[in-house]
Amino acid sequence: MEEEFKVIDNYLMIRMPNEIDHHHSVDISRTADKYIMDENVGNVVFDFERTTFMDSSGIGIIVGRYKKISCFGGKVFAINVGNRVRRILMLSGLHNIVEIM
Amino acid sequence: MIEIVNWKQGTQVTNEMKLEFRAVSDNEAFARTAVAAFVAQLNPTLEEISDIKTAVSEAVTNAIIHGYDGENREENKVWLSCMIKSDVLEVEISDRGIGIENIEKAMEPLYTSKPELERSGMGFSFMEAFMDDLEVISEVGQGTTIHMVKKIGITSWIVNEEL
Repeated sequence: MEEEFKVIDNYLMIRMPNEIDHHHSVDISRTADKYIMDENVGNVVFDFERTTFMDSSGIGIIVGRYKKISCFGGKVFAINVGNRVRRILMLSGLHNIVEIM
Repeated sequence: MIEIVNWKQGTQVTNEMKLEFRAVSDNEAFARTAVAAFVAQLNPTLEEISDIKTAVSEAVTNAIIHGYDGENREENKVWLSCMIKSDVLEVEISDRGIGIENIEKAMEPLYTSKPELERSGMGFSFMEAFMDDLEVISEVGQGTTIHMVKKIGITSWIVNEEL
């Protein structure tokens, strides 16, 4: 269940876990914020390649990071988005603030 | 004449199960997986299983972080019961926590009483979107019960219609 964080240039890459719920979301958000602050990254990329389950906690993670970086002109991206995650992003209107690639 | 069959009432319960577990976040995955395993006997599609898992996850998370305010105490329990009536799954998730003062407000999309926890306020919206029926019964100081219904075997053509 470990999630991986990697900074490439001005981008924080977050490899999201298999299941994203409230139980995991607290740790992901905390670690992501640490990277954003310490490494001074401007943009965040969420990689959903492994993700088969996500509830509204995932929305909280994305919106929370978006709020942290958007005021400095940062962007949020979502990559390897499967049908399930896509449906949840659309349903919550997140496709307006997240660039789905 | 077309006869309308009310599948909510009058249909016999063909199978049921009940669970009681401690209100800790580790149990969110357990609860949704248990419901998914139970509903497997109706031969749901992967899409339907995902819908049910998301809805159950939302309801159980609400019970843990709102009902019991995230406190891990021995007496804080969540009750989950499932019933199958022919091809319909009914799920009930209850807590004996603080209850909801204003159900209408709580159900508004994007409303959250805990913005500091980064809750998105989409929990009830997801339950409504992914299940066929949602009922919230709550009393302040008594607790909350979420009743959800999903008919198995119709999602495929609803999804096709949306496309």
